[in-house]
Amino acid sequence: MINLETPRKHRTLVDQAHQVAMNMLRPISRKYDREEHAYPQELDLLAAMIDGLSESGSAEGAGASGVRRDEAEDDSGGVRNGANLASVMSIAEMCWGDTGLLLSMPRQGLGNSAIASVATPEQQERYAGTWAAMAITEPSTGSDSASISTTARLDGDEYVINGEKIYVTSGERADSVVVWATLDKSLGRAAIKSFVVRKDNPGMKVERLEHKLGIRASDTAAITFTDCRVPAEDLLGSPEVDVKQGFAGAMATFDNTRPLVAAMAVGCARASLDLTRDLLEQAGVEIDYDRPAQVQSAAAATFLRLEADWEGAQLLTMQAAWMADNRRPNSLEASMAKAKAGRVGSDITLSCVQLAGSLGYSEVELLEKWSRDSKILDIFEGTQQIQLLIVARRLLGLTSAQLR
Amino acid sequence: MYFTADFLRRGLRPGGKHGLSSRESRDPIGLAVAGLNRLAQSEVIDRLGLRRQTEQAVFTVTRSGFRGATAAGRTFARMGTRGAPGTRPGAARADDRFDLTPTEDEQMLVDVVAEFAAEVVRPAAADADAACAAPETLLRASLEIGLPILGVPESLGGISDERSAVAGTLVAEALARGDMGLAVAALAPGSVATALGLWGTDAQQQTYLPAFTGDDVPTAALALTEPTVLFDPLTPATTARRDGDGFVLDGLKSAVVRGAEAELFVVGAELEGRPVLFLVESSAAGLTVEADPAMGVRAASLTRLGLSGVRVPADAVLGETDGSTYTECVRLSRLAWCALAVGTGQAVLDHVTTYVNEREAFGEPISHRQAVAFMVADIAIELQAMRLVTYKAASRAARGEDFAREVALARSLCADKGMRIGLDGVQLLGGHGFVKEHPVERWYRDLRAIGIMEGTVLV
Repeated sequence: MINLETPRKHRTLVDQAHQVAMNMLRPISRKYDREEHAYPQELDLLAAMIDGLSESGSAEGAGASGVRRDEAEDDSGGVRNGANLASVMSIAEMCWGDTGLLLSMPRQGLGNSAIASVATPEQQERYAGTWAAMAITEPSTGSDSASISTTARLDGDEYVINGEKIYVTSGERADSVVVWATLDKSLGRAAIKSFVVRKDNPGMKVERLEHKLGIRASDTAAITFTDCRVPAEDLLGSPEVDVKQGFAGAMATFDNTRPLVAAMAVGCARASLDLTRDLLEQAGVEIDYDRPAQVQSAAAATFLRLEADWEGAQLLTMQAAWMADNRRPNSLEASMAKAKAGRVGSDITLSCVQLAGSLGYSEVELLEKWSRDSKILDIFEGTQQIQLLIVARRLLGLTSAQLR
Repeated sequence: MYFTADFLRRGLRPGGKHGLSSRESRDPIGLAVAGLNRLAQSEVIDRLGLRRQTEQAVFTVTRSGFRGATAAGRTFARMGTRGAPGTRPGAARADDRFDLTPTEDEQMLVDVVAEFAAEVVRPAAADADAACAAPETLLRASLEIGLPILGVPESLGGISDERSAVAGTLVAEALARGDMGLAVAALAPGSVATALGLWGTDAQQQTYLPAFTGDDVPTAALALTEPTVLFDPLTPATTARRDGDGFVLDGLKSAVVRGAEAELFVVGAELEGRPVLFLVESSAAGLTVEADPAMGVRAASLTRLGLSGVRVPADAVLGETDGSTYTECVRLSRLAWCALAVGTGQAVLDHVTTYVNEREAFGEPISHRQAVAFMVADIAIELQAMRLVTYKAASRAARGEDFAREVALARSLCADKGMRIGLDGVQLLGGHGFVKEHPVERWYRDLRAIGIMEGTVLV
């Protein structure tokens, strides 16, 4: 039965996340935007609370590791609203609070999602409780992640990793880093594997932290790996180079993490909409849903257009998560959600600055910050253009050689 | 004589006509050219057989000045208890889960309608567009598959056991994937029947619904739109005033589907400062109908309906007089137009997906170019967003929840992105898209209707 509301099952979780975002993240939002690279200690307490919620089961399995497609889940028949949906909804709420701080949340890194997506059950257990960052991008390899040049060479029962990674979110703060490296560059994407490297590994070095446009509360590291030796069992998933399966293993992570990033954009954009609506109403602009937009003020008409785009992005995101919960392939829908939410996130937050004028542009309000924070969400985990490529290839039945 | 000073004054004064703004002025050469143009249009040329007769029959003739009476129509025998509340469809059951799967019943219905749309509607679309009329056989077939009684409660002879906004939305979408104009033509009578089911008194339901659930279904139309700039359906210029035991209606309505054949209208008018719906039978004195073909949705035979001192009885009011029924009607109508946009948008996506893979340029399919492929991807993304926002509004309506916000957002999205999809559909085919060899130019014209149309159909 068609129903696109927040399911009752997840409502408590969403409400909790909203309260945390409002009362914990918002009060320190500007502080860590200004103090880039300072560690937000407040989050330790919060992370402990989230761990507690997870253990008690009241988190509905949400969070970075909620993306695992657990076959053991009860199959009581019918439609399932599970951890994927819970995750996107709670992450959106947290990003309504602060996207940079959400990305800094201990033990909720993208590496955790990667582990949840591709690790073996034995590895799952071994990495329980770790805070894992994700290292894919290299100085000369961004979207083209199949051509990474970081290498992993098997030497006895250890892999030796060499290379340089950039844009590692939480790269300094996390306990470990999930690193993408190739076992044999001549074998192409099939030979790319991911490895869990612990922070205390002497072969790994954080070279610097980036100064960024937005999400400044989140540390973004450049990391070098020099003869970095990791035990063979820290290769995530299967060590075999399956040319037929190709990139699918590594890329499967993205089907799970893209809806999460879409949710971040949805949450950040809603912060802008909520505040802007309030500011407009204080200025005497009422949004009337029944009158045609063109007989209302230009500000109201703009707001209606933005809110409509937002609603579309939110529902695409929920759709992608819902499909994952119901074990349907969602690569197309995940990319659609990411593409729509990414571009809409920027348009909404920037337009809200416009609507609020110099008040929106000033640091007095957070509107300017949200319009800086939102930009990354149309870039990481696959840029707008990469999402369009994925969507187009799927729709048109084209290979990556045909549509490049 | 053609070139009298009087003729020049009357016929060639700029301002409003021929798309000229009143700021335009004609210089002597302009006047001469305009006069020549008049001559070129004279019947003499036609009588001499100098011009190929291509214009359509009755419809176009009607357009060029003839204003007719509405159909004589049947007499709807008064039945039921006046003033007693009618039967209402119950709200759909609430399910707590987020779900995008239609119910089995809805899916069955959609499958039937989808087949009808593909096998019957699409093949008839181009001719119907040109003729500004839906083929009789198609309309009859649409009755057979139950379109008019879709939203009518079972106890009144219909097929819905609960509020049918979701089913109606899915059906409108499926039909419009065949053709929007024909979908509107086929859905109009059912829209009036649904309105009677939702808001009619016992007497109104007993009087009118048997006709819709029987074999000889009347043509009926929902007349809310008016031909004014910045039209706001919540403040119609059409007026109703109390007069003795009934009301008198005056005004002009547009986008009235098949108005010339319609036997029953639901007309929006302002009564004592509030918008109110009135049931008006076509036999009422003072009604005139005039063909009003538009850039698109032509198969729906759009007309203008004039009301001049039209007297209706006291029980002609449909629903509440406080504006609440009227507002809900506007919302449900917008929902229907959103569903139509989604269906036609899907038709565009289907068509361009095949086309860009088959069309070759520079030695390979044009789909191999990002500039082309990304446009297709954008169509798909925006279309799915339109669909989801529309479904959300529909499911809230079906459950009897407030859906003002959701339907407003759906309309905004479907109007903006729907038009964009129509535009890109033509662009992707280039010159081939601009000629009628392909249907994309029709979809371009049809998709422009979303965001303009009020009333006409509802779910």
